[in-house]
Amino acid sequence: MDEEFAFSEASEKEFMETLERYPTKMAALLPALWIAQNQNGYITPPIMEYIAERLDLSPVHVYSVCEFYTMYHKSPPGRYHIQLCRTLSCVLCKMEDIQGHLESRYGIRAGKKTEDGMFSLTLAECLGSCGTAPVMRVNDVYCENLTIAKVDRIIEACKRGETLEEDPMLAH
Amino acid sequence: MSVKIVSRNFETPNADKIDVYESLGGYKSLEKLFAMKPDDVIEFVKKSGLRGRGGAGFSTGMKWSFVPKNVDKPKYLCVNADEGEPGTFKDRKILQLDPHQMIEGVIICCYAVGIKTAYVYIRGEYVKPQAHLHSAIAEAYKKGYLGKNIKGSGFDLDIHIHRGAGAYICGEETGLIESLEGKKGMPRSKPPYPAVIGVFGCPTVVNNVETLATLPWIMNNGSEAYAGFGTEKSTGTMLFSISGSVERPGVYESPFGVNLWDFIESSTGGVRGGRALKAVIPGGSSAAILTAEETRATNLDYESIAAAGSMVGSGAIMVLSEDDSIVKALQVIARFYSHESCGQCPQCREGTYYISEIMDRVLAGDGKPGDIERILEMCPSMLGQTVCVLADSIAIPAKSYIDKFRPEFESCIKGAAATA
Ligand SMILES: Cc1cc2nc3c(=O)[nH]c(=O)nc-3n(C[C@H](O)[C@H](O)[C@H](O)COP(=O)(O)O)c2cc1C
Ligand code: FES
Repeated sequence: MDEEFAFSEASEKEFMETLERYPTKMAALLPALWIAQNQNGYITPPIMEYIAERLDLSPVHVYSVCEFYTMYHKSPPGRYHIQLCRTLSCVLCKMEDIQGHLESRYGIRAGKKTEDGMFSLTLAECLGSCGTAPVMRVNDVYCENLTIAKVDRIIEACKRGETLEEDPMLAH
Repeated sequence: MSVKIVSRNFETPNADKIDVYESLGGYKSLEKLFAMKPDDVIEFVKKSGLRGRGGAGFSTGMKWSFVPKNVDKPKYLCVNADEGEPGTFKDRKILQLDPHQMIEGVIICCYAVGIKTAYVYIRGEYVKPQAHLHSAIAEAYKKGYLGKNIKGSGFDLDIHIHRGAGAYICGEETGLIESLEGKKGMPRSKPPYPAVIGVFGCPTVVNNVETLATLPWIMNNGSEAYAGFGTEKSTGTMLFSISGSVERPGVYESPFGVNLWDFIESSTGGVRGGRALKAVIPGGSSAAILTAEETRATNLDYESIAAAGSMVGSGAIMVLSEDDSIVKALQVIARFYSHESCGQCPQCREGTYYISEIMDRVLAGDGKPGDIERILEMCPSMLGQTVCVLADSIAIPAKSYIDKFRPEFESCIKGAAATA
Protein backbone atom coordinates (compact mmCIF):
# COMPACT_ATOMS: atom_id res chain seq x y z
CA MET A 1 0.00 0.00 0.00
CA ASP A 2 1.22 3.46 -0.85
CA GLU A 3 1.53 5.71 2.14
CA GLU A 4 0.02 9.12 2.62
CA PHE A 5 2.48 11.81 1.62
CA ALA A 6 3.35 15.31 2.77
CA PHE A 7 6.48 17.40 2.28
CA SER A 8 8.95 17.29 5.14
CA GLU A 9 9.92 20.58 6.73
CA ALA A 10 12.99 20.91 4.52
CA SER A 11 11.05 19.98 1.39
CA GLU A 12 8.32 22.43 2.28
CA LYS A 13 10.83 25.23 2.57
CA GLU A 14 12.35 24.33 -0.79
CA PHE A 15 8.89 24.10 -2.34
CA MET A 16 7.86 27.54 -1.10
CA GLU A 17 11.10 29.04 -2.47
CA THR A 18 10.48 27.33 -5.78
CA LEU A 19 7.03 28.84 -6.14
CA GLU A 20 8.51 32.32 -5.96
CA ARG A 21 10.62 31.76 -9.04
CA TYR A 22 7.71 31.44 -11.48
CA PRO A 23 4.73 33.54 -12.50
CA THR A 24 2.49 30.44 -12.55
CA LYS A 25 2.04 27.61 -10.09
CA MET A 26 2.10 25.01 -12.85
CA ALA A 27 5.71 25.88 -13.68
CA ALA A 28 6.72 24.55 -10.28
CA LEU A 29 5.58 21.06 -11.24
CA LEU A 30 8.90 19.59 -12.40
CA PRO A 31 10.75 21.08 -9.42
CA ALA A 32 8.04 19.83 -7.05
CA LEU A 33 8.38 16.30 -8.43
CA TRP A 34 12.16 16.54 -7.90
CA ILE A 35 11.69 17.67 -4.32
CA ALA A 36 9.30 14.80 -3.69
CA GLN A 37 11.62 12.27 -5.31
CA ASN A 38 14.55 13.50 -3.24
CA GLN A 39 12.49 13.04 -0.12
CA ASN A 40 10.85 9.73 -0.93
CA GLY A 41 13.16 8.09 -3.47
CA TYR A 42 10.38 7.62 -6.02
CA ILE A 43 7.03 9.04 -7.04
CA THR A 44 3.86 7.29 -5.85
CA PRO A 45 0.23 8.01 -6.79
CA PRO A 46 -0.41 9.70 -3.41
CA ILE A 47 2.58 11.96 -4.10
CA MET A 48 1.11 12.93 -7.45
CA GLU A 49 -2.22 13.70 -5.82
CA TYR A 50 -0.53 15.70 -3.09
CA ILE A 51 1.44 17.77 -5.61
CA ALA A 52 -1.65 18.25 -7.78
CA GLU A 53 -3.45 19.69 -4.79
CA ARG A 54 -0.56 21.93 -3.77
CA LEU A 55 -0.28 23.37 -7.30
CA ASP A 56 -4.01 23.51 -8.15
CA LEU A 57 -3.54 21.04 -10.98
CA SER A 58 -5.55 18.00 -11.95
CA PRO A 59 -4.02 14.72 -10.79
CA VAL A 60 -4.25 13.52 -14.41
CA HIS A 61 -1.99 16.36 -15.52
CA VAL A 62 0.58 15.54 -12.85
CA TYR A 63 0.39 11.87 -13.71
CA SER A 64 0.93 12.43 -17.45
CA VAL A 65 3.84 14.79 -16.86
CA CYS A 66 5.45 12.35 -14.45
CA GLU A 67 5.11 9.57 -17.04
CA PHE A 68 6.64 11.72 -19.79
CA TYR A 69 10.00 12.24 -18.08
CA THR A 70 12.31 9.26 -17.64
CA MET A 71 14.12 10.46 -14.53
CA TYR A 72 11.15 10.29 -12.20
CA HIS A 73 11.11 6.83 -10.69
CA LYS A 74 7.68 5.28 -10.52
CA SER A 75 8.92 2.41 -8.37
CA PRO A 76 11.80 2.20 -5.91
CA PRO A 77 15.13 1.94 -7.77
CA GLY A 78 18.08 0.01 -6.37
CA ARG A 79 20.21 1.63 -3.72
CA TYR A 80 22.61 2.26 -6.56
CA HIS A 81 20.72 3.11 -9.70
CA ILE A 82 22.87 2.74 -12.80
CA GLN A 83 22.17 4.41 -16.12
CA LEU A 84 24.44 2.99 -18.79
CA CYS A 85 24.56 4.97 -22.03
CA ARG A 86 23.59 3.02 -25.13
CA THR A 87 23.88 5.75 -27.77
CA LEU A 88 26.25 5.93 -30.72
CA SER A 89 29.55 7.17 -29.31
CA CYS A 90 29.28 4.74 -26.40
CA VAL A 91 28.45 1.91 -28.80
CA LEU A 92 31.51 2.84 -30.87
CA CYS A 93 33.49 2.54 -27.63
CA LYS A 94 32.09 -0.90 -26.80
CA MET A 95 29.44 -0.20 -24.18
CA GLU A 96 28.11 -3.68 -24.91
CA ASP A 97 31.15 -5.19 -23.19
CA ILE A 98 30.34 -3.16 -20.09
CA GLN A 99 26.70 -4.20 -20.19
CA GLY A 100 27.71 -7.83 -20.65
CA HIS A 101 30.08 -7.65 -17.69
CA LEU A 102 27.49 -6.07 -15.39
CA GLU A 103 25.15 -8.89 -16.28
CA SER A 104 27.49 -11.89 -16.25
CA ARG A 105 29.63 -10.91 -13.29
CA TYR A 106 27.10 -9.16 -11.05
CA GLY A 107 23.69 -10.22 -12.35
CA ILE A 108 22.81 -6.57 -12.99
CA ARG A 109 20.36 -6.60 -15.89
CA ALA A 110 18.86 -3.81 -17.93
CA GLY A 111 15.40 -2.85 -16.71
CA LYS A 112 15.82 -4.91 -13.53
CA LYS A 113 16.78 -4.58 -9.90
CA THR A 114 19.03 -7.14 -8.21
CA GLU A 115 17.29 -9.31 -5.63
CA ASP A 116 19.13 -7.73 -2.71
CA GLY A 117 17.87 -4.33 -3.86
CA MET A 118 21.42 -3.00 -4.21
CA PHE A 119 21.54 -2.31 -7.93
CA SER A 120 19.13 -1.39 -10.69
CA LEU A 121 20.10 -0.71 -14.28
CA THR A 122 18.52 1.16 -17.13
CA LEU A 123 20.04 1.77 -20.54
CA ALA A 124 20.04 5.50 -21.11
CA GLU A 125 20.28 7.65 -24.20
CA CYS A 126 23.33 9.89 -24.72
CA LEU A 127 24.43 11.24 -21.35
CA GLY A 128 26.41 14.15 -22.80
CA SER A 129 29.75 12.57 -22.03
CA CYS A 130 30.59 10.97 -25.36
CA GLY A 131 34.23 12.10 -25.19
CA THR A 132 34.77 9.82 -22.22
CA ALA A 133 32.75 6.87 -23.51
CA PRO A 134 31.69 4.37 -22.40
CA VAL A 135 29.84 6.11 -19.63
CA MET A 136 27.37 5.33 -16.89
CA ARG A 137 25.80 7.28 -14.08
CA VAL A 138 25.61 5.66 -10.67
CA ASN A 139 22.97 7.59 -8.80
CA ASP A 140 24.10 11.14 -9.60
CA VAL A 141 27.76 10.39 -10.27
CA TYR A 142 29.22 10.16 -13.78
CA CYS A 143 31.57 7.20 -14.20
CA GLU A 144 33.53 7.74 -17.40
CA ASN A 145 36.11 5.98 -19.58
CA LEU A 146 34.75 2.68 -18.30
CA THR A 147 36.79 -0.48 -18.53
CA ILE A 148 35.97 -3.87 -17.05
CA ALA A 149 38.48 -3.22 -14.26
CA LYS A 150 37.00 0.20 -13.53
CA VAL A 151 33.48 -1.24 -13.39
CA ASP A 152 34.72 -3.83 -10.89
CA ARG A 153 36.20 -1.10 -8.70
CA ILE A 154 32.97 0.91 -8.86
CA ILE A 155 30.68 -1.99 -8.04
CA GLU A 156 32.91 -3.14 -5.17
CA ALA A 157 33.00 0.39 -3.79
CA CYS A 158 29.19 0.51 -3.91
CA LYS A 159 28.99 -2.79 -2.09
CA ARG A 160 31.18 -1.36 0.65
CA GLY A 161 28.81 1.59 0.83
CA GLU A 162 31.42 4.12 -0.26
CA THR A 163 30.51 7.42 -1.86
CA LEU A 164 31.64 7.60 -5.47
CA GLU A 165 33.58 10.58 -6.78
CA GLU A 166 33.61 11.82 -10.34
CA ASP A 167 36.95 11.96 -12.14
CA PRO A 168 38.11 15.56 -12.50
CA MET A 169 36.77 17.09 -15.72
CA LEU A 170 39.53 17.70 -18.23
CA ALA A 171 39.75 20.72 -20.50
CA HIS A 172 39.19 18.66 -23.62
CA MET B 1 45.61 27.53 -36.18
CA SER B 2 44.64 27.15 -32.57
CA VAL B 3 42.32 29.87 -31.37
CA LYS B 4 40.62 29.74 -28.02
CA ILE B 5 37.70 31.98 -27.29
CA VAL B 6 35.02 30.02 -25.45
CA SER B 7 37.41 27.39 -24.11
CA ARG B 8 40.15 29.82 -23.09
CA ASN B 9 39.67 29.28 -19.36
CA PHE B 10 39.05 25.54 -19.46
CA GLU B 11 42.58 24.72 -18.39
CA THR B 12 42.75 27.28 -15.60
CA PRO B 13 42.11 25.64 -12.23
CA ASN B 14 39.04 26.97 -10.40
CA ALA B 15 37.94 29.26 -13.23
CA ASP B 16 34.42 28.45 -12.04
CA LYS B 17 35.12 30.52 -8.90
CA ILE B 18 34.34 34.19 -9.24
CA ASP B 19 37.66 35.50 -7.89
CA VAL B 20 39.60 33.48 -10.41
CA TYR B 21 37.18 34.40 -13.18
CA GLU B 22 37.50 38.08 -12.36
CA SER B 23 41.28 37.82 -12.29
CA LEU B 24 41.05 36.46 -15.85
CA GLY B 25 39.16 39.58 -16.91
CA GLY B 26 35.73 38.22 -16.11
CA TYR B 27 32.72 40.58 -15.93
CA LYS B 28 34.84 43.35 -17.47
CA SER B 29 32.49 43.57 -20.44
CA LEU B 30 29.69 44.94 -18.27
CA GLU B 31 31.20 48.39 -18.03
CA LYS B 32 31.17 48.69 -21.80
CA LEU B 33 27.75 47.04 -21.96
CA PHE B 34 25.99 49.47 -19.62
CA ALA B 35 27.52 52.42 -21.47
CA MET B 36 25.79 51.26 -24.64
CA LYS B 37 22.14 51.56 -25.65
CA PRO B 38 20.42 48.16 -25.71
CA ASP B 39 19.64 48.46 -29.43
CA ASP B 40 23.28 49.16 -30.14
CA VAL B 41 24.23 45.97 -28.33
CA ILE B 42 21.93 44.04 -30.66
CA GLU B 43 23.60 45.67 -33.66
CA PHE B 44 27.01 44.92 -32.20
CA VAL B 45 26.19 41.22 -31.87
CA LYS B 46 24.62 41.15 -35.34
CA LYS B 47 27.82 42.57 -36.76
CA SER B 48 29.93 39.86 -35.16
CA GLY B 49 28.03 37.33 -37.27
CA LEU B 50 27.54 35.07 -34.24
CA ARG B 51 25.16 32.22 -35.01
CA GLY B 52 23.35 29.97 -32.54
CA ARG B 53 25.40 26.99 -31.36
CA GLY B 54 22.41 24.89 -30.31
CA GLY B 55 21.95 23.37 -33.73
CA ALA B 56 20.01 25.66 -36.03
CA GLY B 57 22.82 28.18 -36.55
CA PHE B 58 20.51 31.19 -36.68
CA SER B 59 21.95 34.72 -36.34
CA THR B 60 21.90 35.58 -32.65
CA GLY B 61 21.56 39.35 -33.07
CA MET B 62 18.78 38.86 -35.60
CA LYS B 63 16.89 36.57 -33.23
CA TRP B 64 17.05 39.21 -30.48
CA SER B 65 15.82 41.89 -32.85
CA PHE B 66 12.58 39.94 -33.44
CA VAL B 67 11.52 40.48 -29.85
CA PRO B 68 8.92 43.27 -29.80
CA LYS B 69 10.23 46.43 -28.16
CA ASN B 70 7.27 48.10 -26.56
CA VAL B 71 5.18 45.50 -24.86
CA ASP B 72 3.84 45.75 -21.37
CA LYS B 73 4.42 42.04 -20.73
CA PRO B 74 7.62 40.79 -19.15
CA LYS B 75 10.15 39.18 -21.48
CA TYR B 76 12.16 36.06 -20.72
CA LEU B 77 15.40 34.37 -21.65
CA CYS B 78 15.52 30.59 -21.64
CA VAL B 79 19.06 29.31 -21.64
CA ASN B 80 19.09 25.99 -23.42
CA ALA B 81 21.33 23.77 -21.29
CA ASP B 82 19.46 20.60 -22.16
CA GLU B 83 22.34 19.30 -24.30
CA GLY B 84 20.79 16.14 -25.65
CA GLU B 85 21.88 15.83 -29.27
CA PRO B 86 23.85 12.55 -29.33
CA GLY B 87 27.55 13.26 -29.59
CA THR B 88 27.37 16.70 -27.96
CA PHE B 89 29.17 17.35 -24.67
CA LYS B 90 30.51 20.90 -24.84
CA ASP B 91 27.86 22.74 -22.83
CA ARG B 92 28.60 20.42 -19.92
CA LYS B 93 32.21 21.67 -20.01
CA ILE B 94 31.16 25.31 -20.07
CA LEU B 95 28.70 24.85 -17.21
CA GLN B 96 31.15 23.00 -15.02
CA LEU B 97 34.49 24.62 -15.90
CA ASP B 98 33.50 28.20 -16.73
CA PRO B 99 29.91 28.96 -15.72
CA HIS B 100 30.58 32.65 -15.10
CA GLN B 101 31.37 33.16 -18.76
CA MET B 102 27.85 32.01 -19.56
CA ILE B 103 26.32 34.13 -16.78
CA GLU B 104 28.12 37.17 -18.15
CA GLY B 105 26.69 36.32 -21.57
CA VAL B 106 23.22 36.04 -20.06
CA ILE B 107 23.59 39.54 -18.64
CA ILE B 108 24.62 40.87 -22.07
CA CYS B 109 21.66 39.22 -23.81
CA CYS B 110 19.12 40.30 -21.21
CA TYR B 111 20.33 43.90 -21.18
CA ALA B 112 20.16 44.06 -24.98
CA VAL B 113 16.64 42.65 -25.17
CA GLY B 114 15.22 44.18 -22.00
CA ILE B 115 14.80 40.94 -20.07
CA LYS B 116 14.68 40.82 -16.29
CA THR B 117 14.25 37.09 -15.74
CA ALA B 118 16.29 34.24 -17.20
CA TYR B 119 15.74 30.53 -16.70
CA VAL B 120 18.54 28.07 -17.30
CA TYR B 121 16.87 24.84 -18.41
CA ILE B 122 19.52 22.24 -17.57
CA ARG B 123 19.25 18.56 -18.33
CA GLY B 124 18.41 16.47 -15.28
CA GLU B 125 21.53 14.32 -15.51
CA TYR B 126 23.90 17.29 -15.21
CA VAL B 127 23.98 17.34 -11.41
CA LYS B 128 27.58 18.44 -11.04
CA PRO B 129 27.46 21.11 -13.76
CA GLN B 130 24.26 22.33 -12.12
CA ALA B 131 25.98 22.55 -8.75
CA HIS B 132 28.83 24.57 -10.26
CA LEU B 133 26.38 26.86 -12.04
CA HIS B 134 24.36 27.22 -8.85
CA SER B 135 27.37 28.36 -6.81
CA ALA B 136 28.47 30.65 -9.62
CA ILE B 137 25.07 32.34 -9.72
CA ALA B 138 25.15 32.78 -5.94
CA GLU B 139 28.62 34.35 -6.17
CA ALA B 140 27.47 36.67 -8.95
CA TYR B 141 24.54 37.88 -6.82
CA LYS B 142 26.86 38.47 -3.90
CA LYS B 143 29.20 40.58 -6.01
CA GLY B 144 26.34 42.61 -7.46
CA TYR B 145 26.48 41.24 -11.01
CA LEU B 146 22.95 39.90 -10.62
CA GLY B 147 19.92 41.17 -8.77
CA LYS B 148 18.72 44.75 -8.49
CA ASN B 149 20.48 47.73 -10.07
CA ILE B 150 23.48 45.78 -11.32
CA LYS B 151 26.66 47.81 -10.73
CA GLY B 152 24.65 51.01 -10.50
CA SER B 153 23.30 50.64 -14.04
CA GLY B 154 19.66 50.65 -13.03
CA PHE B 155 19.34 47.27 -14.76
CA ASP B 156 17.81 44.36 -12.81
CA LEU B 157 18.24 40.69 -13.61
CA ASP B 158 17.42 37.39 -11.92
CA ILE B 159 18.65 34.00 -13.08
CA HIS B 160 16.88 30.81 -12.02
CA ILE B 161 17.90 27.23 -12.66
CA HIS B 162 15.21 24.86 -13.91
CA ARG B 163 16.13 21.18 -13.87
CA GLY B 164 14.86 18.93 -16.67
CA ALA B 165 13.96 15.33 -16.00
CA GLY B 166 15.10 13.23 -18.92
CA ALA B 167 13.52 13.99 -22.30
CA TYR B 168 15.56 14.85 -25.39
CA ILE B 169 12.66 16.72 -26.96
CA CYS B 170 12.88 19.40 -24.27
CA GLY B 171 15.99 20.62 -26.07
CA GLU B 172 13.76 21.78 -28.91
CA GLU B 173 13.01 25.37 -28.01
CA THR B 174 9.22 25.15 -27.81
CA GLY B 175 9.38 21.74 -26.13
CA LEU B 176 11.64 23.43 -23.59
CA ILE B 177 9.12 26.21 -23.11
CA GLU B 178 6.25 23.76 -22.58
CA SER B 179 8.37 21.82 -20.12
CA LEU B 180 9.32 24.97 -18.23
CA GLU B 181 5.63 25.79 -17.94
CA GLY B 182 5.10 22.45 -16.17
CA LYS B 183 3.84 20.32 -19.03
CA LYS B 184 4.99 17.47 -21.20
CA GLY B 185 7.72 18.75 -23.49
CA MET B 186 5.69 18.63 -26.67
CA PRO B 187 6.87 21.18 -29.25
CA ARG B 188 4.45 23.86 -30.40
CA SER B 189 3.71 24.65 -34.00
CA LYS B 190 5.33 27.84 -35.23
CA PRO B 191 4.44 30.63 -35.84
CA PRO B 192 4.03 32.24 -33.42
CA TYR B 193 7.74 32.13 -32.70
CA PRO B 194 8.98 32.30 -29.10
CA ALA B 195 10.26 35.83 -29.75
CA VAL B 196 6.62 36.91 -29.87
CA ILE B 197 4.80 34.32 -27.77
CA GLY B 198 7.15 32.15 -25.74
CA VAL B 199 7.10 31.09 -22.13
CA PHE B 200 4.10 32.14 -20.02
CA GLY B 201 2.63 33.75 -23.16
CA CYS B 202 5.40 36.36 -23.20
CA PRO B 203 8.16 37.29 -25.66
CA THR B 204 11.05 34.90 -25.14
CA VAL B 205 14.59 34.42 -26.36
CA VAL B 206 15.93 30.87 -26.37
CA ASN B 207 19.70 30.64 -26.67
CA ASN B 208 22.17 27.83 -26.27
CA VAL B 209 24.78 27.87 -23.47
CA GLU B 210 27.72 28.22 -25.86
CA THR B 211 26.07 31.00 -27.85
CA LEU B 212 25.75 33.03 -24.64
CA ALA B 213 29.22 32.11 -23.41
CA THR B 214 30.70 33.59 -26.58
CA LEU B 215 29.24 37.05 -25.92
CA PRO B 216 31.67 38.41 -23.29
CA TRP B 217 34.64 37.88 -25.62
CA ILE B 218 32.81 39.64 -28.44
CA MET B 219 31.92 42.57 -26.16
CA ASN B 220 35.50 42.88 -24.96
CA ASN B 221 37.28 42.42 -28.26
CA GLY B 222 34.79 43.80 -30.74
CA SER B 223 32.54 42.45 -33.46
CA GLU B 224 35.21 42.86 -36.09
CA ALA B 225 37.77 40.92 -34.09
CA TYR B 226 35.31 38.04 -33.80
CA ALA B 227 34.32 38.20 -37.45
CA GLY B 228 38.03 38.21 -38.26
CA PHE B 229 38.07 34.50 -37.44
CA GLY B 230 36.35 31.96 -39.63
CA THR B 231 34.81 32.67 -43.01
CA GLU B 232 32.62 35.46 -44.27
CA LYS B 233 29.34 33.79 -43.31
CA SER B 234 30.58 31.42 -40.63
CA THR B 235 32.34 33.85 -38.38
CA GLY B 236 34.37 33.15 -35.30
CA THR B 237 35.05 29.83 -33.62
CA MET B 238 32.97 26.97 -32.32
CA LEU B 239 33.42 24.18 -29.80
CA PHE B 240 33.42 20.81 -31.50
CA SER B 241 32.68 17.68 -29.50
CA ILE B 242 34.64 14.92 -31.20
CA SER B 243 33.91 11.32 -30.24
CA GLY B 244 33.77 7.78 -31.53
CA SER B 245 36.73 5.95 -33.00
CA VAL B 246 39.47 8.51 -32.48
CA GLU B 247 42.61 8.43 -30.34
CA ARG B 248 41.82 11.39 -28.11
CA PRO B 249 38.16 12.32 -28.13
CA GLY B 250 37.19 15.62 -26.55
CA VAL B 251 35.99 19.18 -26.97
CA TYR B 252 38.19 21.17 -29.34
CA GLU B 253 37.69 24.75 -30.41
CA SER B 254 38.40 25.85 -33.96
CA PRO B 255 37.76 28.78 -36.20
CA PHE B 256 35.40 27.94 -39.05
CA GLY B 257 36.79 27.29 -42.49
CA VAL B 258 39.50 24.77 -41.67
CA ASN B 259 39.60 21.44 -43.47
CA LEU B 260 37.31 19.03 -41.62
CA TRP B 261 39.64 16.06 -41.59
CA ASP B 262 42.78 18.07 -40.85
CA PHE B 263 41.03 19.51 -37.83
CA ILE B 264 39.83 16.13 -36.56
CA GLU B 265 43.20 14.53 -37.12
CA SER B 266 45.33 17.27 -35.65
CA SER B 267 43.20 17.68 -32.54
CA THR B 268 42.42 14.05 -31.74
CA GLY B 269 45.39 12.23 -33.21
CA GLY B 270 43.26 10.57 -35.87
CA VAL B 271 41.44 7.28 -36.06
CA ARG B 272 41.91 4.99 -33.08
CA GLY B 273 44.55 2.31 -33.44
CA GLY B 274 45.69 3.65 -36.79
CA ARG B 275 42.66 2.14 -38.52
CA ALA B 276 41.33 3.60 -41.75
CA LEU B 277 38.65 6.26 -41.66
CA LYS B 278 35.26 5.09 -42.84
CA ALA B 279 32.90 7.97 -42.24
CA VAL B 280 32.19 11.07 -40.20
CA ILE B 281 28.93 12.40 -38.82
CA PRO B 282 29.72 16.09 -38.59
CA GLY B 283 26.88 17.72 -36.67
CA GLY B 284 25.18 15.44 -34.18
CA SER B 285 23.22 12.29 -34.91
CA SER B 286 20.60 14.19 -36.91
CA ALA B 287 23.21 15.10 -39.52
CA ALA B 288 23.76 13.25 -42.78
CA ILE B 289 26.89 11.11 -42.83
CA LEU B 290 30.00 11.97 -44.85
CA THR B 291 32.25 9.36 -46.42
CA ALA B 292 35.99 9.43 -45.73
CA GLU B 293 36.53 11.02 -49.10
CA GLU B 294 33.92 13.72 -48.48
CA THR B 295 35.36 14.39 -45.04
CA ARG B 296 38.80 15.02 -46.51
CA ALA B 297 37.37 17.30 -49.19
CA THR B 298 35.15 19.44 -46.97
CA ASN B 299 35.83 22.52 -44.94
CA LEU B 300 34.34 22.97 -41.52
CA ASP B 301 31.89 25.84 -41.77
CA TYR B 302 28.12 26.13 -42.12
CA GLU B 303 28.19 26.70 -45.89
CA SER B 304 30.78 24.07 -46.82
CA ILE B 305 29.20 21.35 -44.73
CA ALA B 306 25.78 22.23 -46.16
CA ALA B 307 27.25 22.07 -49.66
CA ALA B 308 28.53 18.59 -48.80
CA GLY B 309 24.94 17.65 -47.93
CA SER B 310 25.16 17.71 -44.15
CA MET B 311 25.18 20.25 -41.32
CA VAL B 312 27.32 21.75 -38.57
CA GLY B 313 24.40 21.36 -36.14
CA SER B 314 25.57 21.25 -32.55
CA GLY B 315 29.19 20.68 -33.53
CA ALA B 316 29.13 17.02 -32.52
CA ILE B 317 31.56 15.16 -34.75
CA MET B 318 31.40 11.37 -34.58
CA VAL B 319 34.10 9.36 -36.30
CA LEU B 320 33.65 5.83 -37.61
CA SER B 321 36.56 3.59 -38.53
CA GLU B 322 36.75 0.71 -40.96
CA ASP B 323 35.88 -1.59 -38.05
CA ASP B 324 32.62 0.20 -37.25
CA SER B 325 29.34 -0.91 -38.78
CA ILE B 326 27.16 1.66 -40.49
CA VAL B 327 24.22 -0.72 -40.13
CA LYS B 328 24.73 -0.80 -36.38
CA ALA B 329 25.11 2.99 -36.29
CA LEU B 330 21.74 3.42 -37.99
CA GLN B 331 20.12 0.90 -35.67
CA VAL B 332 21.41 2.79 -32.64
CA ILE B 333 20.30 6.22 -33.75
CA ALA B 334 16.95 4.96 -35.06
CA ARG B 335 16.30 3.50 -31.62
CA PHE B 336 17.24 6.85 -30.10
CA TYR B 337 14.76 8.86 -32.16
CA SER B 338 12.03 6.28 -31.71
CA HIS B 339 12.55 6.43 -27.96
CA GLU B 340 12.63 10.24 -27.91
CA SER B 341 9.70 11.05 -30.22
CA CYS B 342 7.15 12.91 -28.12
CA GLY B 343 4.41 11.14 -30.05
CA GLN B 344 2.18 14.04 -31.01
CA CYS B 345 2.71 13.79 -34.80
CA PRO B 346 1.73 10.44 -36.34
CA GLN B 347 4.41 10.61 -39.07
CA CYS B 348 7.10 10.94 -36.42
CA ARG B 349 5.67 8.55 -33.86
CA GLU B 350 5.09 5.79 -36.41
CA GLY B 351 7.98 6.54 -38.77
CA THR B 352 10.62 6.49 -36.04
CA TYR B 353 9.08 3.32 -34.63
CA TYR B 354 9.07 1.43 -37.94
CA ILE B 355 12.58 2.44 -38.95
CA SER B 356 13.84 1.41 -35.54
CA GLU B 357 11.96 -1.89 -35.68
CA ILE B 358 13.26 -2.72 -39.15
CA MET B 359 16.82 -1.86 -38.13
CA ASP B 360 16.57 -3.96 -34.94
CA ARG B 361 15.52 -6.87 -37.11
CA VAL B 362 18.19 -6.29 -39.76
CA LEU B 363 20.89 -6.12 -37.14
CA ALA B 364 19.61 -9.20 -35.35
CA GLY B 365 20.19 -11.12 -38.60
CA ASP B 366 16.54 -11.23 -39.48
CA GLY B 367 16.54 -8.69 -42.34
CA LYS B 368 14.29 -9.33 -45.32
CA PRO B 369 14.61 -8.31 -48.94
CA GLY B 370 12.78 -5.01 -49.29
CA ASP B 371 13.70 -3.72 -45.82
CA ILE B 372 16.02 -1.07 -47.22
CA GLU B 373 13.35 0.08 -49.66
CA ARG B 374 10.78 0.19 -46.88
CA ILE B 375 12.97 2.60 -44.91
CA LEU B 376 13.62 4.77 -47.95
CA GLU B 377 9.90 4.90 -48.74
CA MET B 378 9.16 6.02 -45.21
CA CYS B 379 11.55 8.96 -45.32
CA PRO B 380 9.67 11.48 -47.52
CA SER B 381 6.66 11.45 -45.20
CA MET B 382 9.00 12.36 -42.34
CA LEU B 383 10.60 15.38 -43.97
CA GLY B 384 9.10 18.78 -43.28
CA GLN B 385 5.72 17.34 -42.28
CA THR B 386 5.75 17.63 -38.52
CA VAL B 387 5.56 20.18 -35.71
CA CYS B 388 9.30 19.93 -35.02
CA VAL B 389 12.19 18.40 -36.93
CA LEU B 390 12.71 15.28 -34.82
CA ALA B 391 11.27 13.14 -37.64
CA ASP B 392 13.59 14.80 -40.16
CA SER B 393 16.43 14.07 -37.75
CA ILE B 394 16.21 10.35 -38.45
CA ALA B 395 14.91 10.48 -42.03
CA ILE B 396 17.91 12.53 -43.21
CA PRO B 397 20.64 10.37 -41.69
CA ALA B 398 18.82 7.12 -42.56
CA LYS B 399 18.68 8.04 -46.22
CA SER B 400 22.31 9.19 -46.25
CA TYR B 401 23.65 6.07 -44.49
CA ILE B 402 21.79 3.86 -46.96
CA ASP B 403 22.65 5.90 -50.05
CA LYS B 404 26.35 6.01 -49.21
CA PHE B 405 26.83 2.58 -47.69
CA ARG B 406 24.14 0.51 -49.36
CA PRO B 407 26.31 -2.59 -49.91
CA GLU B 408 26.80 -2.87 -46.13
CA PHE B 409 23.06 -2.96 -45.60
CA GLU B 410 22.56 -5.37 -48.47
CA SER B 411 25.19 -7.79 -47.28
CA CYS B 412 23.71 -7.72 -43.80
CA ILE B 413 20.32 -8.66 -45.21
CA LYS B 414 21.74 -11.17 -47.69
CA GLY B 415 23.73 -12.76 -44.91
CA ALA B 416 20.49 -13.19 -43.02
CA ALA B 417 18.80 -14.74 -46.03
CA ALA B 418 21.74 -17.10 -46.55
CA THR B 419 21.73 -18.41 -43.01
CA ALA B 420 17.95 -18.62 -42.81
C1 LIG C 1 14.75 17.75 -31.47
C2 LIG C 1 15.59 18.93 -31.15
C3 LIG C 1 16.45 18.92 -30.06
C4 LIG C 1 17.22 20.03 -29.73
N1 LIG C 1 18.07 19.95 -28.66
C5 LIG C 1 18.81 21.05 -28.33
C6 LIG C 1 19.66 21.04 -27.19
O1 LIG C 1 19.77 20.02 -26.50
N2 LIG C 1 20.36 22.15 -26.88
C7 LIG C 1 20.27 23.30 -27.64
O2 LIG C 1 20.89 24.30 -27.30
N3 LIG C 1 19.47 23.35 -28.71
C8 LIG C 1 18.73 22.26 -29.09
N4 LIG C 1 17.90 22.32 -30.17
C9 LIG C 1 17.82 23.62 -30.91
C10 LIG C 1 16.81 24.54 -30.25
O3 LIG C 1 15.52 24.27 -30.76
C11 LIG C 1 17.11 26.02 -30.52
O4 LIG C 1 17.30 26.19 -31.89
C12 LIG C 1 18.34 26.55 -29.81
O5 LIG C 1 18.29 26.29 -28.45
C13 LIG C 1 18.43 28.05 -30.02
O6 LIG C 1 19.59 28.58 -29.43
P1 LIG C 1 20.76 29.16 -30.33
O7 LIG C 1 20.14 30.09 -31.34
O8 LIG C 1 21.64 29.86 -29.37
O9 LIG C 1 21.42 27.99 -30.98
C14 LIG C 1 17.14 21.20 -30.52
C15 LIG C 1 16.28 21.22 -31.63
C16 LIG C 1 15.53 20.10 -31.94
C17 LIG C 1 14.63 20.16 -33.13
S1 FES D 1 26.76 8.54 -26.61
FE1 FES D 1 27.11 7.87 -24.61
S2 FES D 1 27.41 9.74 -23.57
FE2 FES D 1 26.93 10.42 -25.58
